[in-house]
Amino acid sequence: MRPISARIVEIVQETPTVRTLRFDRTLGPVPGQYLMVWVRGIDEVPMSFSYRDGITVQLVGEATRAIFDLEVGESLGLRGPLGNGFTLSGERILLVGGGVGAAPLALLGEAAAEAGIEVTTLLASRCCDDLLFLKRFERIGEVVITTDDGSLGICGRASVGLSALRLQEFDQIYLCGPEPMMEDVIGRCAGMETKIQASIDRYFKCGMGICGSCSLDPSGIRVCVEGPVFRADRLAGTEFGRYRRGASGIKILRDG
Amino acid sequence: MESPVMLAAGILGTTGASLRRAALAGAGAVVTKSVGVAPREGHRGPTVVQVEGGLLNAMGLPNPSYRNFQEEIDIGRGGGAPVVASIFGAGAEEFVEVATGLDADGFELNLSCPHADRLGAEIGCEACNVEAITRAVKEEVNVPVWVKITPNVADVVSLGLAAERGGADGVVAINTLRAMAIDVESGMPILGNRFGGLSGPAIKPVAVRCVYDLASALEIPVIGVGGIASWEDAAEMMMAGARGVQVGTALGMIEGYGVFRSIAEGLSAYLDRKGIDLEELVGLARRAT
Repeated sequence: MRPISARIVEIVQETPTVRTLRFDRTLGPVPGQYLMVWVRGIDEVPMSFSYRDGITVQLVGEATRAIFDLEVGESLGLRGPLGNGFTLSGERILLVGGGVGAAPLALLGEAAAEAGIEVTTLLASRCCDDLLFLKRFERIGEVVITTDDGSLGICGRASVGLSALRLQEFDQIYLCGPEPMMEDVIGRCAGMETKIQASIDRYFKCGMGICGSCSLDPSGIRVCVEGPVFRADRLAGTEFGRYRRGASGIKILRDG
Repeated sequence: MESPVMLAAGILGTTGASLRRAALAGAGAVVTKSVGVAPREGHRGPTVVQVEGGLLNAMGLPNPSYRNFQEEIDIGRGGGAPVVASIFGAGAEEFVEVATGLDADGFELNLSCPHADRLGAEIGCEACNVEAITRAVKEEVNVPVWVKITPNVADVVSLGLAAERGGADGVVAINTLRAMAIDVESGMPILGNRFGGLSGPAIKPVAVRCVYDLASALEIPVIGVGGIASWEDAAEMMMAGARGVQVGTALGMIEGYGVFRSIAEGLSAYLDRKGIDLEELVGLARRAT
Protein backbone atom coordinates (compact mmCIF):
# COMPACT_ATOMS: atom_id res chain seq x y z
CA MET A 1 0.00 0.00 0.00
CA ARG A 2 1.00 3.60 -0.42
CA PRO A 3 1.35 5.62 2.78
CA ILE A 4 -2.01 6.83 4.10
CA SER A 5 -2.00 10.42 5.27
CA ALA A 6 -3.03 10.78 8.92
CA ARG A 7 -3.54 14.10 10.65
CA ILE A 8 -2.29 14.56 14.19
CA VAL A 9 -5.21 15.44 16.46
CA GLU A 10 -3.45 15.32 19.83
CA ILE A 11 0.11 15.35 21.16
CA VAL A 12 0.87 14.25 24.73
CA GLN A 13 4.27 14.67 26.38
CA GLU A 14 4.53 11.40 28.31
CA THR A 15 8.05 11.71 29.74
CA PRO A 16 10.88 14.19 29.09
CA THR A 17 11.91 12.27 25.95
CA VAL A 18 8.71 10.46 24.96
CA ARG A 19 5.67 11.83 23.19
CA THR A 20 2.38 10.29 22.03
CA LEU A 21 0.73 11.31 18.77
CA ARG A 22 -2.94 10.51 18.20
CA PHE A 23 -4.26 10.48 14.65
CA ASP A 24 -7.59 11.25 13.03
CA ARG A 25 -7.93 7.62 12.00
CA THR A 26 -7.20 4.14 13.28
CA LEU A 27 -5.51 1.52 11.16
CA GLY A 28 -7.11 -1.26 13.20
CA PRO A 29 -3.99 -2.91 14.60
CA VAL A 30 -3.63 -6.06 16.66
CA PRO A 31 -1.56 -5.02 19.73
CA GLY A 32 2.11 -5.62 18.92
CA GLN A 33 1.75 -4.86 15.22
CA TYR A 34 3.66 -1.88 13.90
CA LEU A 35 3.43 0.71 11.20
CA MET A 36 5.98 2.47 9.02
CA VAL A 37 5.82 6.18 9.76
CA TRP A 38 6.86 8.50 6.97
CA VAL A 39 7.99 11.92 8.07
CA ARG A 40 7.79 13.55 4.69
CA GLY A 41 11.14 14.69 3.39
CA ILE A 42 13.06 13.09 6.27
CA ASP A 43 12.76 9.30 6.59
CA GLU A 44 10.41 6.40 7.22
CA VAL A 45 10.74 4.56 10.53
CA PRO A 46 8.90 1.64 12.20
CA MET A 47 6.79 2.35 15.31
CA SER A 48 4.56 0.18 17.47
CA PHE A 49 0.97 1.16 18.00
CA SER A 50 0.45 2.45 21.54
CA TYR A 51 -3.23 3.18 20.82
CA ARG A 52 -5.44 1.97 18.03
CA ASP A 53 -5.03 5.46 16.60
CA GLY A 54 -1.67 6.46 18.00
CA ILE A 55 2.04 5.96 18.38
CA THR A 56 4.43 6.76 21.19
CA VAL A 57 7.81 8.03 20.14
CA GLN A 58 11.12 8.34 21.95
CA LEU A 59 13.46 11.06 20.78
CA VAL A 60 16.48 9.15 19.50
CA GLY A 61 17.54 10.52 16.13
CA GLU A 62 16.78 12.67 13.13
CA ALA A 63 13.44 11.09 12.18
CA THR A 64 12.10 11.18 15.72
CA ARG A 65 13.38 14.76 16.10
CA ALA A 66 11.32 15.63 13.03
CA ILE A 67 8.29 13.89 14.56
CA PHE A 68 8.79 15.96 17.73
CA ASP A 69 8.77 19.12 15.62
CA LEU A 70 5.28 18.35 14.29
CA GLU A 71 2.22 20.09 15.67
CA VAL A 72 -1.46 19.20 15.93
CA GLY A 73 -3.05 19.55 12.49
CA GLU A 74 0.07 18.41 10.64
CA SER A 75 0.21 14.97 9.09
CA LEU A 76 2.36 11.89 8.64
CA GLY A 77 2.26 9.13 6.04
CA LEU A 78 1.43 5.75 7.57
CA ARG A 79 1.82 2.20 6.20
CA GLY A 80 0.29 -0.49 8.35
CA PRO A 81 -0.65 -2.33 10.38
CA LEU A 82 2.30 -4.60 9.60
CA GLY A 83 3.78 -7.78 11.06
CA ASN A 84 2.45 -10.23 13.61
CA GLY A 85 1.29 -8.89 16.93
CA PHE A 86 0.80 -10.50 20.33
CA THR A 87 -1.56 -13.43 20.77
CA LEU A 88 -3.73 -13.18 23.87
CA SER A 89 -4.18 -16.41 25.76
CA GLY A 90 -4.79 -17.61 29.30
CA GLU A 91 -6.60 -16.11 32.25
CA ARG A 92 -3.71 -14.36 34.00
CA ILE A 93 -1.00 -12.59 32.14
CA LEU A 94 2.11 -10.60 32.98
CA LEU A 95 3.31 -7.64 30.95
CA VAL A 96 6.97 -6.68 31.29
CA GLY A 97 7.74 -3.34 29.72
CA GLY A 98 11.02 -1.43 29.76
CA GLY A 99 11.24 2.25 28.83
CA VAL A 100 9.32 3.13 25.67
CA GLY A 101 8.82 -0.63 25.14
CA ALA A 102 5.82 -0.31 27.44
CA ALA A 103 3.93 1.36 24.56
CA PRO A 104 2.54 -1.70 22.72
CA LEU A 105 1.99 -3.48 26.05
CA ALA A 106 -0.42 -0.78 27.20
CA LEU A 107 -2.57 -1.40 24.13
CA LEU A 108 -2.31 -5.16 24.69
CA GLY A 109 -3.14 -4.88 28.41
CA GLU A 110 -6.24 -2.85 27.70
CA ALA A 111 -7.43 -5.41 25.15
CA ALA A 112 -6.75 -8.18 27.68
CA ALA A 113 -8.60 -6.44 30.49
CA GLU A 114 -11.54 -5.86 28.20
CA ALA A 115 -11.57 -9.59 27.45
CA GLY A 116 -11.71 -10.36 31.19
CA ILE A 117 -8.09 -11.44 31.51
CA GLU A 118 -6.31 -10.58 34.76
CA VAL A 119 -3.37 -8.33 33.98
CA THR A 120 -0.26 -7.69 36.07
CA THR A 121 2.41 -5.29 34.83
CA LEU A 122 6.07 -5.03 35.62
CA LEU A 123 7.03 -1.56 34.49
CA ALA A 124 10.73 -0.74 34.33
CA SER A 125 12.65 2.43 33.55
CA ARG A 126 15.86 4.27 34.36
CA CYS A 127 14.16 6.66 36.76
CA CYS A 128 10.64 7.60 37.87
CA ASP A 129 10.38 10.42 35.31
CA ASP A 130 10.79 7.90 32.48
CA LEU A 131 7.98 5.51 33.53
CA LEU A 132 5.60 5.26 30.62
CA PHE A 133 1.83 4.85 30.84
CA LEU A 134 1.81 4.12 34.59
CA LYS A 135 -1.80 5.32 34.88
CA ARG A 136 -2.93 3.18 31.94
CA PHE A 137 -1.39 0.09 33.51
CA GLU A 138 -2.75 0.90 36.97
CA ARG A 139 -6.25 1.13 35.53
CA ILE A 140 -6.11 -2.46 34.26
CA GLY A 141 -4.41 -4.27 37.12
CA GLU A 142 -1.60 -4.55 39.61
CA VAL A 143 1.67 -2.77 38.74
CA VAL A 144 5.15 -3.54 40.02
CA ILE A 145 7.64 -0.74 39.33
CA THR A 146 11.40 -0.97 39.04
CA THR A 147 13.73 1.94 38.43
CA ASP A 148 17.47 1.65 37.85
CA ASP A 149 18.15 4.55 40.21
CA GLY A 150 15.59 3.54 42.83
CA SER A 151 13.64 6.78 42.48
CA LEU A 152 10.38 4.79 42.55
CA GLY A 153 9.45 1.19 43.27
CA ILE A 154 12.05 -1.51 43.48
CA CYS A 155 15.62 -0.32 42.84
CA GLY A 156 17.18 -2.24 39.97
CA ARG A 157 16.53 -3.72 36.59
CA ALA A 158 13.30 -5.32 35.42
CA SER A 159 14.67 -8.78 36.19
CA VAL A 160 15.00 -7.80 39.86
CA GLY A 161 11.29 -7.00 39.85
CA LEU A 162 10.52 -10.54 38.71
CA SER A 163 11.43 -11.81 42.18
CA ALA A 164 8.47 -9.85 43.57
CA LEU A 165 6.13 -11.94 41.39
CA ARG A 166 5.12 -15.59 41.40
CA LEU A 167 5.90 -16.30 37.77
CA GLN A 168 4.31 -19.75 37.72
CA GLU A 169 0.91 -18.13 38.24
CA PHE A 170 0.95 -16.51 34.83
CA ASP A 171 -0.37 -18.27 31.76
CA GLN A 172 1.50 -15.95 29.44
CA ILE A 173 4.25 -13.33 29.77
CA TYR A 174 4.56 -10.47 27.28
CA LEU A 175 7.81 -8.58 26.86
CA CYS A 176 8.84 -5.36 25.16
CA GLY A 177 11.85 -3.23 25.99
CA PRO A 178 15.59 -2.94 25.48
CA GLU A 179 17.10 -6.19 24.20
CA PRO A 180 19.40 -6.79 27.19
CA MET A 181 16.36 -6.42 29.47
CA MET A 182 14.29 -8.89 27.46
CA GLU A 183 17.14 -11.38 27.26
CA ASP A 184 17.69 -11.08 30.99
CA VAL A 185 14.00 -11.63 31.73
CA ILE A 186 13.82 -14.63 29.40
CA GLY A 187 16.91 -16.05 31.09
CA ARG A 188 15.26 -15.76 34.51
CA CYS A 189 12.11 -17.45 33.30
CA ALA A 190 13.96 -20.64 32.34
CA GLY A 191 11.55 -23.41 31.38
CA MET A 192 8.77 -20.94 30.55
CA GLU A 193 10.01 -19.97 27.08
CA THR A 194 6.93 -21.26 25.31
CA LYS A 195 4.77 -18.99 27.46
CA ILE A 196 6.74 -15.83 26.69
CA GLN A 197 6.01 -13.54 23.75
CA ALA A 198 8.60 -10.85 23.07
CA SER A 199 8.40 -7.93 20.66
CA ILE A 200 11.87 -7.43 19.26
CA ASP A 201 13.57 -4.67 17.37
CA ARG A 202 15.76 -4.88 14.25
CA TYR A 203 16.65 -2.50 11.42
CA PHE A 204 13.53 -2.36 9.24
CA LYS A 205 13.69 -0.77 5.81
CA CYS A 206 11.00 -2.27 3.60
CA GLY A 207 8.51 -3.62 6.17
CA MET A 208 7.44 -6.28 3.66
CA GLY A 209 10.01 -9.03 3.99
CA ILE A 210 12.04 -8.46 0.88
CA CYS A 211 15.07 -6.32 1.69
CA GLY A 212 16.57 -8.63 4.28
CA SER A 213 17.91 -5.92 6.57
CA CYS A 214 16.05 -7.34 9.59
CA SER A 215 16.86 -11.03 8.99
CA LEU A 216 17.82 -12.86 12.15
CA ASP A 217 20.83 -15.18 12.20
CA PRO A 218 21.25 -18.09 11.90
CA SER A 219 17.97 -19.12 10.22
CA GLY A 220 17.12 -15.89 8.42
CA ILE A 221 13.83 -15.14 10.18
CA ARG A 222 12.44 -11.90 8.70
CA VAL A 223 11.51 -9.91 11.78
CA CYS A 224 9.44 -7.34 9.85
CA VAL A 225 6.93 -9.89 8.54
CA GLU A 226 7.39 -12.99 10.74
CA GLY A 227 7.62 -10.83 13.88
CA PRO A 228 8.13 -8.44 15.47
CA VAL A 229 6.53 -10.61 18.18
CA PHE A 230 8.11 -14.02 18.73
CA ARG A 231 7.70 -16.77 21.27
CA ALA A 232 10.89 -16.82 23.33
CA ASP A 233 11.79 -20.40 22.37
CA ARG A 234 12.02 -19.22 18.75
CA LEU A 235 14.64 -16.67 19.76
CA ALA A 236 16.84 -19.21 21.53
CA GLY A 237 20.08 -19.80 19.65
CA THR A 238 19.62 -16.74 17.44
CA GLU A 239 21.60 -13.51 17.31
CA PHE A 240 19.05 -12.02 19.74
CA GLY A 241 20.90 -10.71 22.76
CA ARG A 242 24.29 -10.96 21.06
CA TYR A 243 24.32 -8.64 18.07
CA ARG A 244 22.20 -6.83 15.51
CA ARG A 245 22.92 -5.26 12.15
CA GLY A 246 22.98 -1.59 11.22
CA ALA A 247 21.76 0.06 8.02
CA SER A 248 24.69 -1.26 5.95
CA GLY A 249 24.35 -4.80 7.25
CA ILE A 250 27.47 -4.63 9.41
CA LYS A 251 27.07 -6.43 12.73
CA ILE A 252 26.85 -4.33 15.84
CA LEU A 253 27.86 -6.33 18.88
CA ARG A 254 25.99 -5.80 22.12
CA ASP A 255 27.91 -3.60 24.54
CA GLY A 256 29.87 -5.43 27.17
CA MET B 1 22.07 -26.18 -10.77
CA GLU B 2 19.23 -28.35 -9.52
CA SER B 3 16.54 -25.83 -10.35
CA PRO B 4 16.50 -23.07 -12.98
CA VAL B 5 14.76 -20.80 -10.44
CA MET B 6 17.15 -18.50 -8.58
CA LEU B 7 17.01 -15.78 -5.97
CA ALA B 8 17.46 -12.39 -7.66
CA ALA B 9 19.99 -9.84 -6.48
CA GLY B 10 18.89 -7.27 -3.96
CA ILE B 11 16.22 -9.40 -2.34
CA LEU B 12 16.98 -10.76 1.12
CA GLY B 13 20.61 -11.35 0.14
CA THR B 14 22.10 -9.11 2.81
CA THR B 15 22.95 -11.95 5.14
CA GLY B 16 24.27 -15.46 4.76
CA ALA B 17 21.32 -16.74 6.75
CA SER B 18 18.85 -15.36 4.20
CA LEU B 19 20.83 -16.77 1.27
CA ARG B 20 20.99 -20.15 2.95
CA ARG B 21 17.27 -20.05 3.68
CA ALA B 22 16.50 -19.31 0.01
CA ALA B 23 18.72 -22.21 -1.08
CA LEU B 24 17.09 -24.56 1.41
CA ALA B 25 13.71 -23.38 0.13
CA GLY B 26 14.64 -24.67 -3.31
CA ALA B 27 16.44 -21.85 -5.13
CA GLY B 28 18.79 -23.30 -7.74
CA ALA B 29 21.29 -20.53 -7.07
CA VAL B 30 21.23 -17.48 -4.87
CA VAL B 31 22.48 -14.03 -5.80
CA THR B 32 23.61 -11.78 -2.98
CA LYS B 33 22.64 -8.20 -2.43
CA SER B 34 25.14 -6.06 -4.32
CA VAL B 35 28.38 -5.39 -2.50
CA GLY B 36 30.90 -2.69 -3.21
CA VAL B 37 34.23 -1.45 -1.93
CA ALA B 38 32.96 0.53 1.06
CA PRO B 39 30.05 0.15 3.49
CA ARG B 40 26.91 2.08 2.46
CA GLU B 41 23.81 2.67 4.53
CA GLY B 42 21.60 3.26 1.51
CA HIS B 43 18.99 5.92 0.84
CA ARG B 44 16.62 7.35 3.40
CA GLY B 45 13.15 5.95 3.70
CA PRO B 46 10.74 5.26 2.33
CA THR B 47 12.98 2.88 0.40
CA VAL B 48 10.15 0.70 -0.89
CA VAL B 49 6.55 1.48 -1.71
CA GLN B 50 3.87 -0.73 -3.16
CA VAL B 51 2.36 0.66 -6.35
CA GLU B 52 0.07 -0.59 -9.09
CA GLY B 53 1.35 -3.93 -10.28
CA GLY B 54 4.50 -4.10 -8.22
CA LEU B 55 6.98 -2.43 -5.97
CA LEU B 56 8.93 0.74 -6.38
CA ASN B 57 12.25 0.79 -4.57
CA ALA B 58 15.30 2.90 -4.05
CA MET B 59 17.33 1.04 -1.45
CA GLY B 60 20.51 2.83 -2.52
CA LEU B 61 22.88 -0.16 -2.54
CA PRO B 62 23.22 -0.60 1.22
CA ASN B 63 25.98 -3.12 1.89
CA PRO B 64 28.66 -3.85 4.46
CA SER B 65 31.47 -3.76 1.82
CA TYR B 66 33.14 -6.89 0.46
CA ARG B 67 35.54 -6.77 3.39
CA ASN B 68 32.71 -7.77 5.71
CA PHE B 69 30.94 -10.13 3.34
CA GLN B 70 32.92 -13.34 2.85
CA GLU B 71 31.41 -14.85 5.99
CA GLU B 72 27.91 -14.27 4.60
CA ILE B 73 28.79 -16.04 1.33
CA ASP B 74 30.25 -18.97 3.24
CA ILE B 75 27.13 -19.26 5.42
CA GLY B 76 24.97 -18.95 2.31
CA ARG B 77 26.81 -21.89 0.73
CA GLY B 78 25.54 -24.01 3.59
CA GLY B 79 22.22 -24.11 1.76
CA GLY B 80 23.75 -26.31 -0.94
CA ALA B 81 23.19 -23.98 -3.90
CA PRO B 82 25.84 -21.89 -5.68
CA VAL B 83 26.21 -18.40 -4.22
CA VAL B 84 26.64 -15.71 -6.88
CA ALA B 85 27.99 -12.42 -5.56
CA SER B 86 26.35 -9.36 -7.06
CA ILE B 87 28.96 -6.65 -7.13
CA PHE B 88 29.05 -2.98 -8.04
CA GLY B 89 31.64 -0.28 -8.36
CA ALA B 90 32.30 3.15 -9.79
CA GLY B 91 34.51 1.71 -12.51
CA ALA B 92 36.50 -1.33 -13.62
CA GLU B 93 39.05 -0.90 -10.85
CA GLU B 94 36.45 -1.11 -8.09
CA PHE B 95 34.67 -4.04 -9.71
CA VAL B 96 37.98 -5.90 -9.88
CA GLU B 97 38.82 -5.04 -6.28
CA VAL B 98 35.52 -6.47 -5.05
CA ALA B 99 35.63 -9.54 -7.30
CA THR B 100 39.17 -10.46 -6.37
CA GLY B 101 38.40 -9.81 -2.71
CA LEU B 102 35.61 -12.40 -2.59
CA ASP B 103 35.47 -16.14 -2.99
CA ALA B 104 32.09 -16.83 -4.63
CA ASP B 105 30.70 -19.42 -7.04
CA GLY B 106 30.07 -16.72 -9.61
CA PHE B 107 29.75 -12.98 -10.00
CA GLU B 108 26.88 -10.90 -11.27
CA LEU B 109 28.02 -7.42 -12.29
CA ASN B 110 25.45 -4.86 -11.27
CA LEU B 111 25.61 -2.46 -14.20
CA SER B 112 21.97 -1.62 -13.90
CA CYS B 113 20.88 -0.27 -10.49
CA PRO B 114 18.69 2.68 -11.53
CA HIS B 115 18.94 4.81 -8.41
CA ALA B 116 22.53 5.27 -7.30
CA ASP B 117 24.71 8.21 -8.20
CA ARG B 118 27.54 7.36 -10.63
CA LEU B 119 26.99 3.62 -10.10
CA GLY B 120 24.94 0.84 -11.65
CA ALA B 121 22.97 1.99 -14.67
CA GLU B 122 24.70 5.35 -14.72
CA ILE B 123 27.79 3.58 -16.03
CA GLY B 124 26.04 0.46 -17.34
CA CYS B 125 23.97 2.40 -19.88
CA GLU B 126 27.06 2.80 -22.05
CA ALA B 127 28.05 -0.29 -24.01
CA CYS B 128 31.74 0.60 -23.87
CA ASN B 129 31.66 0.62 -20.06
CA VAL B 130 29.83 -2.71 -19.95
CA GLU B 131 32.42 -4.31 -22.20
CA ALA B 132 35.44 -2.86 -20.40
CA ILE B 133 34.21 -3.74 -16.91
CA THR B 134 33.20 -7.24 -17.93
CA ARG B 135 36.58 -7.84 -19.54
CA ALA B 136 38.44 -6.48 -16.53
CA VAL B 137 36.60 -8.78 -14.11
CA LYS B 138 36.82 -11.80 -16.40
CA GLU B 139 40.58 -11.42 -16.59
CA GLU B 140 40.87 -11.67 -12.82
CA VAL B 141 38.45 -14.41 -11.77
CA ASN B 142 38.02 -18.07 -12.63
CA VAL B 143 34.29 -18.42 -11.94
CA PRO B 144 31.35 -17.56 -14.20
CA VAL B 145 30.64 -13.86 -14.65
CA TRP B 146 27.14 -12.68 -15.49
CA VAL B 147 26.23 -9.13 -16.36
CA LYS B 148 22.92 -7.72 -15.18
CA ILE B 149 21.84 -5.08 -17.62
CA THR B 150 19.48 -2.16 -17.48
CA PRO B 151 16.28 -1.95 -19.52
CA ASN B 152 16.33 1.84 -19.26
CA VAL B 153 18.03 2.36 -22.60
CA ALA B 154 16.88 2.55 -26.19
CA ASP B 155 18.85 -0.54 -27.20
CA VAL B 156 19.13 -3.32 -24.63
CA VAL B 157 20.70 -5.69 -27.12
CA SER B 158 23.73 -3.46 -27.61
CA LEU B 159 24.45 -3.81 -23.87
CA GLY B 160 24.09 -7.59 -24.07
CA LEU B 161 26.44 -7.72 -27.04
CA ALA B 162 28.93 -5.56 -25.15
CA ALA B 163 28.86 -7.98 -22.23
CA GLU B 164 29.39 -10.86 -24.63
CA ARG B 165 32.35 -9.14 -26.27
CA GLY B 166 33.79 -8.54 -22.81
CA GLY B 167 33.73 -12.26 -22.19
CA ALA B 168 30.62 -12.60 -19.99
CA ASP B 169 29.34 -16.12 -19.34
CA GLY B 170 25.76 -14.90 -19.23
CA VAL B 171 23.51 -11.87 -19.26
CA VAL B 172 20.83 -11.24 -16.66
CA ALA B 173 17.86 -9.14 -17.76
CA ILE B 174 16.25 -7.03 -16.57
CA ASN B 175 16.91 -4.76 -13.63
CA THR B 176 14.07 -2.50 -12.49
CA LEU B 177 12.45 0.16 -14.64
CA ARG B 178 13.02 3.79 -13.69
CA ALA B 179 9.86 4.93 -11.98
CA MET B 180 8.37 7.33 -9.48
CA ALA B 181 5.37 7.70 -7.18
CA ILE B 182 4.05 10.94 -5.68
CA ASP B 183 2.06 11.38 -2.51
CA VAL B 184 -1.08 13.25 -3.56
CA GLU B 185 -1.66 14.61 -0.06
CA SER B 186 1.60 16.55 0.01
CA GLY B 187 2.84 16.52 -3.57
CA MET B 188 6.08 14.94 -2.41
CA PRO B 189 7.77 12.02 -4.15
CA ILE B 190 7.23 9.03 -1.82
CA LEU B 191 10.68 7.47 -2.07
CA GLY B 192 13.37 9.08 0.03
CA ASN B 193 15.48 9.12 -3.13
CA ARG B 194 12.53 10.69 -5.04
CA PHE B 195 12.75 8.16 -7.85
CA GLY B 196 13.59 4.47 -7.99
CA GLY B 197 13.01 1.24 -9.86
CA LEU B 198 9.79 -0.62 -10.56
CA SER B 199 9.65 -4.39 -10.14
CA GLY B 200 6.94 -7.04 -10.06
CA PRO B 201 4.14 -8.12 -12.40
CA ALA B 202 3.95 -4.73 -14.11
CA ILE B 203 7.38 -5.14 -15.70
CA LYS B 204 7.10 -8.76 -16.80
CA PRO B 205 6.05 -8.03 -20.39
CA VAL B 206 8.97 -5.61 -20.69
CA ALA B 207 11.34 -8.26 -19.36
CA VAL B 208 9.97 -10.92 -21.70
CA ARG B 209 10.56 -8.65 -24.67
CA CYS B 210 14.11 -7.81 -23.56
CA VAL B 211 14.95 -11.47 -22.98
CA TYR B 212 13.49 -12.39 -26.37
CA ASP B 213 15.59 -9.77 -28.12
CA LEU B 214 18.74 -10.63 -26.19
CA ALA B 215 18.39 -14.36 -26.67
CA SER B 216 17.91 -13.80 -30.39
CA ALA B 217 21.12 -11.82 -30.67
CA LEU B 218 23.52 -13.43 -28.17
CA GLU B 219 25.45 -16.67 -28.13
CA ILE B 220 25.81 -16.68 -24.33
CA PRO B 221 22.93 -17.69 -22.05
CA VAL B 222 20.33 -15.16 -20.95
CA ILE B 223 18.80 -15.34 -17.48
CA GLY B 224 15.36 -13.80 -17.23
CA VAL B 225 14.22 -11.68 -14.31
CA GLY B 226 11.35 -9.25 -13.91
CA GLY B 227 7.92 -9.98 -12.48
CA ILE B 228 8.22 -13.74 -12.19
CA ALA B 229 5.89 -15.08 -9.50
CA SER B 230 4.46 -18.32 -10.90
CA TRP B 231 5.50 -21.29 -13.04
CA GLU B 232 3.56 -19.78 -15.93
CA ASP B 233 5.70 -16.65 -15.67
CA ALA B 234 8.85 -18.76 -15.60
CA ALA B 235 7.70 -20.82 -18.58
CA GLU B 236 6.93 -17.67 -20.54
CA MET B 237 10.34 -16.20 -19.76
CA MET B 238 12.06 -19.41 -20.82
CA MET B 239 10.04 -19.56 -24.01
CA ALA B 240 11.39 -16.08 -24.72
CA GLY B 241 14.85 -17.55 -24.50
CA ALA B 242 15.89 -17.48 -20.84
CA ARG B 243 17.93 -20.48 -19.68
CA GLY B 244 17.12 -19.71 -16.08
CA VAL B 245 14.99 -17.26 -14.14
CA GLN B 246 15.43 -15.16 -11.06
CA VAL B 247 12.71 -14.27 -8.59
CA GLY B 248 12.68 -11.18 -6.40
CA THR B 249 9.58 -9.14 -5.70
CA ALA B 250 7.37 -12.23 -5.49
CA LEU B 251 9.18 -13.18 -2.28
CA GLY B 252 7.59 -10.24 -0.55
CA MET B 253 4.30 -9.84 -2.34
CA ILE B 254 3.01 -13.34 -2.84
CA GLU B 255 4.22 -16.26 -0.80
CA GLY B 256 7.69 -15.66 0.58
CA TYR B 257 10.33 -18.34 0.35
CA GLY B 258 7.81 -20.94 -0.82
CA VAL B 259 7.86 -19.33 -4.27
CA PHE B 260 11.00 -21.22 -5.37
CA ARG B 261 9.49 -24.62 -4.86
CA SER B 262 6.08 -23.72 -6.24
CA ILE B 263 7.60 -22.39 -9.47
CA ALA B 264 10.01 -25.31 -9.88
CA GLU B 265 7.31 -27.90 -9.21
CA GLY B 266 4.81 -26.19 -11.48
CA LEU B 267 7.37 -25.97 -14.25
CA SER B 268 8.29 -29.60 -13.90
CA ALA B 269 4.63 -30.72 -14.01
CA TYR B 270 4.12 -28.56 -17.07
CA LEU B 271 7.09 -30.11 -18.88
CA ASP B 272 5.76 -33.58 -18.05
CA ARG B 273 2.32 -32.68 -19.36
CA LYS B 274 3.78 -31.32 -22.59
CA GLY B 275 6.25 -34.17 -22.88
CA ILE B 276 9.19 -31.83 -23.41
CA ASP B 277 12.36 -31.09 -21.46
CA LEU B 278 13.69 -27.77 -20.24
CA GLU B 279 16.10 -27.56 -23.13
CA GLU B 280 13.21 -27.60 -25.61
CA LEU B 281 11.29 -24.99 -23.68
CA VAL B 282 14.12 -22.45 -23.91
CA GLY B 283 13.49 -20.20 -26.87
CA LEU B 284 10.34 -21.99 -27.97
CA ALA B 285 8.68 -18.68 -28.82
CA ARG B 286 11.51 -17.77 -31.15
CA ARG B 287 11.24 -21.05 -32.99
CA ALA B 288 7.45 -20.91 -33.10
CA THR B 289 7.34 -17.67 -35.03
